Amino acid sequence: MEHLSTLVNEARQAIQAAETVAALDEVRVRYLGKKGEITALLKGLGKLPAEERPQAGEQINQAKQALNADLETRRRALEQAALEARLAEERVDVTLPGRGSATGGLHPVTRTLERIEGLFTHIGFDVAVGPEIEDDYHNFEALNIPAHHPARGMADTFYFDAGRLLRTHTSPVQVRTMETQAPPIRIVCPGRVYRSDSDLTHTPMFHQVEGLLVDEDVSFADLKGTIEGFLHAFFERDDLSVRFRPSYFPFTEPSAEVDIQCVMCSGEGCRVCSHSGWLEVMGCGMVHPEVFRHSGIDSERYKGFAFGMGAERLAMLRYGVNDLRLFFENDLRFLRQFA
Amino acid sequence: MKFSEQWLREWVSPALSTQALADQITMAGLEVDAVEPVASDFSGVVIAEVISREPHPDADKLNVCRVDDGSGEPVQVVCGAPNVAAGQKVPFARVGAVLPGDFKIRKAKLRGVESRGMICSASELGLEEETSPGILELPPSAPAGDDFRAWLSLDDHTIEIDLTPNRGDCLSLKGVAREVGVLNRMAVESPAIAEQPAVCEDTFPVAVSAPEACPRYVGRVVRGVDVGAETPLWMVERLRRSGVRSINVIVDITNYVMLELGQPMHAFDLAELVRTIEVRHAHDGETLVLLDGQEIALRPDTLVIADADKPLAMAGIMGGEHSGVNGATRDVFLESAFFTPLAVAGQARSYGLHTDSSHRFERGVDPALTWQAIERATELLTRIAGGRPGPVSETASPDHLPAARRVRLRAERIEQCLNLALPGEEVVEILDRLGMPAVVEALGAWQVSVPSWRFDVSIEEDLIEELARIHGYNRLPARRPPVRLGLSADNEARQPLARLRRQLVARDFQEAITYSFVAPDLQGMLAPDAVAPRLANPISSDMAVMRASLFPGLVKALMHNLNRQQSRVRLFEAGLVFRGELDSLEQVPMLGALVAGPRSPEGWAGGRDTVDFFDLKGDLESLFALSGSADDWRFEPATHPALHPGQTARILRDGRPVGWLGALHPGVRHELGIRAEVFVFEVEQAALLEGRLPIFAPLSRFPEVRRDLALVVEATVPVQALLDTLREQAGEWLTDLHLFDVYHGRGVAEGHKSLALGLTWQHPSRTLNDEEINQLVEAIVAESKHRFGAELRG
Repeated sequence: MEHLSTLVNEARQAIQAAETVAALDEVRVRYLGKKGEITALLKGLGKLPAEERPQAGEQINQAKQALNADLETRRRALEQAALEARLAEERVDVTLPGRGSATGGLHPVTRTLERIEGLFTHIGFDVAVGPEIEDDYHNFEALNIPAHHPARGMADTFYFDAGRLLRTHTSPVQVRTMETQAPPIRIVCPGRVYRSDSDLTHTPMFHQVEGLLVDEDVSFADLKGTIEGFLHAFFERDDLSVRFRPSYFPFTEPSAEVDIQCVMCSGEGCRVCSHSGWLEVMGCGMVHPEVFRHSGIDSERYKGFAFGMGAERLAMLRYGVNDLRLFFENDLRFLRQFA
Repeated sequence: MKFSEQWLREWVSPALSTQALADQITMAGLEVDAVEPVASDFSGVVIAEVISREPHPDADKLNVCRVDDGSGEPVQVVCGAPNVAAGQKVPFARVGAVLPGDFKIRKAKLRGVESRGMICSASELGLEEETSPGILELPPSAPAGDDFRAWLSLDDHTIEIDLTPNRGDCLSLKGVAREVGVLNRMAVESPAIAEQPAVCEDTFPVAVSAPEACPRYVGRVVRGVDVGAETPLWMVERLRRSGVRSINVIVDITNYVMLELGQPMHAFDLAELVRTIEVRHAHDGETLVLLDGQEIALRPDTLVIADADKPLAMAGIMGGEHSGVNGATRDVFLESAFFTPLAVAGQARSYGLHTDSSHRFERGVDPALTWQAIERATELLTRIAGGRPGPVSETASPDHLPAARRVRLRAERIEQCLNLALPGEEVVEILDRLGMPAVVEALGAWQVSVPSWRFDVSIEEDLIEELARIHGYNRLPARRPPVRLGLSADNEARQPLARLRRQLVARDFQEAITYSFVAPDLQGMLAPDAVAPRLANPISSDMAVMRASLFPGLVKALMHNLNRQQSRVRLFEAGLVFRGELDSLEQVPMLGALVAGPRSPEGWAGGRDTVDFFDLKGDLESLFALSGSADDWRFEPATHPALHPGQTARILRDGRPVGWLGALHPGVRHELGIRAEVFVFEVEQAALLEGRLPIFAPLSRFPEVRRDLALVVEATVPVQALLDTLREQAGEWLTDLHLFDVYHGRGVAEGHKSLALGLTWQHPSRTLNDEEINQLVEAIVAESKHRFGAELRG
């Protein structure tokens, strides 16, 4: 059986020399396969004298087992090495940017309008919209602004003909709602409005959100509470000072302008607030009985309040935009800042 | 309205600082726009008398003066002003004085002559903006040695208020003082206005033929006025502090009375008036040269003051040049009239004019002021410029004067409106001080008389506002309104626009907001067939027509960005488009988008392919998918004048055309100078928003069967038509059909394309057998061949 030990040594060397799983498999076939050299020794046992057979068989089987164990060990080592090589090869630079990550963004005015709508719809207001080319009745007459009223000079109007115009505010939507819907009414009306004015601080088109609440037992106190609550929520500052100044709108009585403590300088005085510490942000008031009369609502039974604000103005204050005209140039370098 | 704080304080002077007073006025609804010192900072300037003036020995234009500045010793000073003369009183800056601009006066030698101080001009003291030609001459009564600043009360402020159009009553010192009096619960002192007796009998006839526009016209002749008299410095100063320039003594006085009382007045040169004054509407073809020199063609709806021959003035707006007061005027005719707001409203504007007078009459001038004003002006005129007044004549039509108003006020209503029970005494006191006496009518109810100066008070709410305003808006309670919680139906199938917006944002679009009015030529290029309303008064020619499509705005935004090195542009916009003539106008909410440039942002992983038709189509289809109604949409090859004829689709929803998708026509791009390919779509929002409610279908437990087909058809066959045919033939158990390859080239005949289609079937309650699938496939192939000449690819 000297041949056996030579074979085993040979096989062991071959196992260690195998560099791949495939080569290792060849070694296994060569020695332990059906036609393998060690398998052949087993097959040759029959040629041995009977008394030698058990011992020889035993030795061959042991050698076979030992080689199988070596093969297995080597296989694991080779597989491990192969895995490691593959992992090393598959390494990526995780700091490279992801693919297809680009997203766009909403226009800052839309963002602001949605925010305002959201705050009001959360407390039970509906959103109402209406036409932008309006008639004189809905834009002026029904709002208690008859022809030649000095208040017509407050809004330079774009006209198409004597009776049709671009709405100068979203108040016509309030009128249209009151014409078709019985109180209680709670709406906000966002949208584009137009005034014939163009300079550093005016664009001929801008956006407003107006609100209207009509119900029994509505007072100026409700108006104050709602506006204060809104401004605190919009600017996310519960300590923001809000003040109401008497003012004049033909469609409300009493009327007020609303100022907030300047959000740029916290009321210290700066360029944005003209060093007054206050910023005018919206107008409001109790619905004028004449407006109710035009819409067929009984002003003895119902009262209401209305308010209106410019979306661009609020967006400028909220995001620190310093030039109104940027809103309508649609420069991507501007728009991308609000994603 | 601008006025001097000191002047106001002569009427009523609460113990408040300037700023506190301004804040108080603002918070009462008369918004203070600016508070500014009336003179720049200077010190060390006194009143001095010029004792002598000698020419400078070595300089032609200089004089050597000796002045008495009250110090006891005459002071020598060199002065270059041409108007300096012995005996004058002048403002004199002593050595050590500091003039505006931190200019310190030191001892100096001018061409060898010592000069100890400086005689000042108005501009050197910051009293005038323009450089004054000479020194400021003070009246002989000015006390030499007194501090000039104190003497002229220059430690004063100009307060400018921005009045809302309802508060014409505050366009005077009298009106502002009344407000301040009420706010501080103080009495207001007004200047005593005495009747000025006539010292001659002269009158001038007045006829009012438009009494509805001019219910009261008060006039007076004053003879022998010295138009050359100096307007007193105190009056010049008050006018200046109110932003009014001194013109001549007569005009200054009428302006002064307007500022003081609120009554605009006019003075005519009596010598220029022919026979009579007529207050009438202009006749066709009449013209008038205004005080400012411009000639106006008058319209018949304009009220004028005319004489027997011609119009002299636009009533309540501006006087004419011809009949105005000038240096040669001796006799004047003073006008103090009440023109109704309606007669003046809009008139000035329609001629491009805006005057202090029209501003006041449009808002309403107290009709009770006419007499007071003419007496006040007469008094000032005779005192300052002499003259002999005639009797005051009045032409009035009481029926056309505003009727006295009484308004009922209920305590209950005050409380309802303000959520505050204002004590009765406070109500009555506030109203009383406002000139609105309240008489108790019943328990908790008053009858309130509205004064003639308040054109804005006619209903109970107006009175409540007055009470709230004077009580203080910020002292009124605030509360959160109680709401009856009620739910309303919410259409789940209809999706909000916000969701579409977010989908496009997620697909890398930036939202744009472009003007709703566009340039007619751009619209003509991008929507040539569209009819849209045109503005009568556009702000500029490139914003003259309403957009009939979102394309012009988006393309303009694209060009803006391309011009700023932004080559990859993906924009969308939601908004109305305007279609049709005014009488058949539709205002349609649309959603539009535009893409140009590389498909992906430049990056390490991506190619630099540029976008094509199918990129934008995919973006659009992702919107269809959101609504769960993708199958209801179709794209039809079509032509659009602004789009590429081979890359244009009409978009249909349920067979109805609702929009366009396509590539911008190369010709259009060329004309606009856009090199990049541009793809656009616009779709009616209503079609995009209308979705469907999901309806559950049970999941089948049985296996799916898939067959792939490669059909060869002519290249011109639209895939959609083939897909529709397949779907129709594939039976009710078809669960999926999709195109997974389009191939032309080797193996496919020239002018043909091979379409690889995957079909999947599944039966809800049993396993499908090969036999039945084969039959379906055969039917599909046969119908495809029949309709489109399709052949199975070998």
